[in-house]
Amino acid sequence: MKSKKIINDPKQVVAELLEGLVAACHGQIRKLDGVNALVKAELPGDKVGLLIGGGSGHEPVFHGFIGENMADGAACGNIFAAPSPDIILAATRALDRGRGVLYLYGNYAGDNMNFDIAAEMAAEEGMRTRTVRNWDDVASAPPERMEQRRGIAGDLFAIKIAGAAAAQVKDLDEVYRVASLARDNLRSMGVAVSAGSIPETGEPTFELPDDEMEIGMGLHGEPGVYRDKMLPADALVEKMLERILPDLPFRPGDQVALLVNDLGATTMMELLIVNRRVRQILKDRNIQVYDTVVGSYCTCQEMAGFSITLLKLNDELKHYYDMPAQSFGYTRR
Amino acid sequence: MSVSQLPVAQVTQMVLHVCQGMEGSKDLLTQADKAIGDGDHGVGMARGFEAVRQKVSSQPFASVGDVFKAVGTALLTSVGGASGAIFGTLFRGGASRLGDRQALDAASLAILLSDGLRAVQERGKAKPGDKTMVDALGPASQMAQELTTIDLDEALSQVTEAARLGMESTKNMVAALGKSQSLGERSLGHPDPGAVSTYLMLKFMAEYVHQIA
Repeated sequence: MKSKKIINDPKQVVAELLEGLVAACHGQIRKLDGVNALVKAELPGDKVGLLIGGGSGHEPVFHGFIGENMADGAACGNIFAAPSPDIILAATRALDRGRGVLYLYGNYAGDNMNFDIAAEMAAEEGMRTRTVRNWDDVASAPPERMEQRRGIAGDLFAIKIAGAAAAQVKDLDEVYRVASLARDNLRSMGVAVSAGSIPETGEPTFELPDDEMEIGMGLHGEPGVYRDKMLPADALVEKMLERILPDLPFRPGDQVALLVNDLGATTMMELLIVNRRVRQILKDRNIQVYDTVVGSYCTCQEMAGFSITLLKLNDELKHYYDMPAQSFGYTRR
Repeated sequence: MSVSQLPVAQVTQMVLHVCQGMEGSKDLLTQADKAIGDGDHGVGMARGFEAVRQKVSSQPFASVGDVFKAVGTALLTSVGGASGAIFGTLFRGGASRLGDRQALDAASLAILLSDGLRAVQERGKAKPGDKTMVDALGPASQMAQELTTIDLDEALSQVTEAARLGMESTKNMVAALGKSQSLGERSLGHPDPGAVSTYLMLKFMAEYVHQIA
C-alpha cells in the first residue's frame, strides 16, 4: 500500500523542505545558490568549519543540526541518497576560513565516496579537510569490522561534541581528534516495527509482517539483521542493551549520555516506556546517566521503531558536551 | 550491414538512446533495489540520465572522450548516493584516454571499459565477487579487451552478453559492500542493482548500434 504524504511535486521534496527549514531558523542559516547546501548566516573569520551531511529524509539529521556550537553547514542529498560532490564542494568553499573544514557524516558507501571526491576537489583548490565517519550501529557489523558499521542516531552526539570543539579550538587536527574520540565512544542499536516509505514513489522501503519486528534496522530503511516476533518493551530493551553494553564495553562506574531516538512514527509514550527500562538496566549495572535526550532526531520517514544510543563521557568530552548548543533540531542550555 | 565505428555525433545519439532506456527502466531498477537495498536506485538513475540527456543534447562535442566525460559529470552531480559516485567515476575515468578519438570503435570501447573499471575499483574498493556492479563491468571489460579488432556492433553484442552473465552471477553472491552487506545470506538470489544498471547501459548501447546497422 502506498503511504499518504503531505507533499507537492515529489521531485521538489528536498528543495521545499530546505526552504521550510531556512524559514524556521529566522535568518540564522541560508541556502547556497544553485545547490542543496545550508550554511550558517554568520561565520566567524578564523573558525575551523564543521560540515555535516548525508541523504535527506532523516530530519532533523543532518541539516537540522546547524547552529551555535553545532555544525556550520550541511550538504543535503536527495532522499536517502548521499549528496553529490559539487554540493559538498560548494559548502566547503563557503565554510573554509583558512583553518580547514572537518567533514563529519554517517559511514555509508555513498557518503564516503562523494565526500572523498569532494575532499580531493577541495585539496586541488588549496583547502584543507579532514574526515570523521560515524559508525555507532553495533548491529551492522561485528567489532573487528568496525569500519563497516553504519552511522545512525549517534550522529547527534558526534555533531554536538564536534560542533563545540570546532567553536572553541582553532586547529583542524585537534577538532578531528576530539570528534574521533566522540565517535569511538558511541554505540547505538535500532529496532523497527514498520517501514518508512520513499516520498518519490510512496512505496515502503521493506515489507514486514504485522506481528514481527526487525532488529538492527538501519536509518535508511535498508533491512536489519534479523527478524523476531514482537516483544514487550522491557524484553526488547534488554535484548538491545545486551548487544550495546558489552560492545564498547560500558563498565560499572562509567558516565554516559543517553539518547532514545524515534525512527519517525513512534510515540513519545513508547519512547518513555523504553527509557524507563533503559534506566533500570543501567542502574543495575552501575552506569550513571549524565544526561538524557528523548525524541525524534534521526528518522526514516514514517518508520516506526526506535534506537538507543550511549555516549561514554570522560572529562574532555563532558567539557564539550556541556557547552550550550542551539539549532533547529537540538538545543542544550 | 555492420558498423565498424561511430562518429562523435552518433555517439551522442547513442547516449540519448541509453538515456531513454535507463529512464524507462526506473521501475525495474526500483524493484531490484527494494529486494536488497533501500529502493532508491531506479529513481536516482532515472534522474541521472535525465540530466545526461539535457547535457548531451544541448551542446556539440569535440571527441568521444568529451561525450563520456559529460555523461560522467552529469551522473556525478545529479544521481547522488553511491550510484552517482560510481557511475560518474565509471564514465569520467573511462573517458580520460579518449579525448582525441573522433569515433568510437571496438578498441576505444575496450579502453572506456577498462579505464572505467580501474577508476571505479579505486574509488569504491570493490573486488570481484563482492556483489557489486564490478561483477558485471569486469567481465564486460575483459571481453572487450579480446575484441578490439572486430566491428563495434559485434563487439557490443558480446560485451553486453558478458555483462548479462556477470549480472546473473551476482544472484549467487553475498553482498560484501554497501547498504546490502548487512543482509548477509539474505542477499542471495537477487542480482545487484548496480550490476543490472551496468548490463542495461551496455544493452541500450548495443541496441542503438544494431538499429543503425
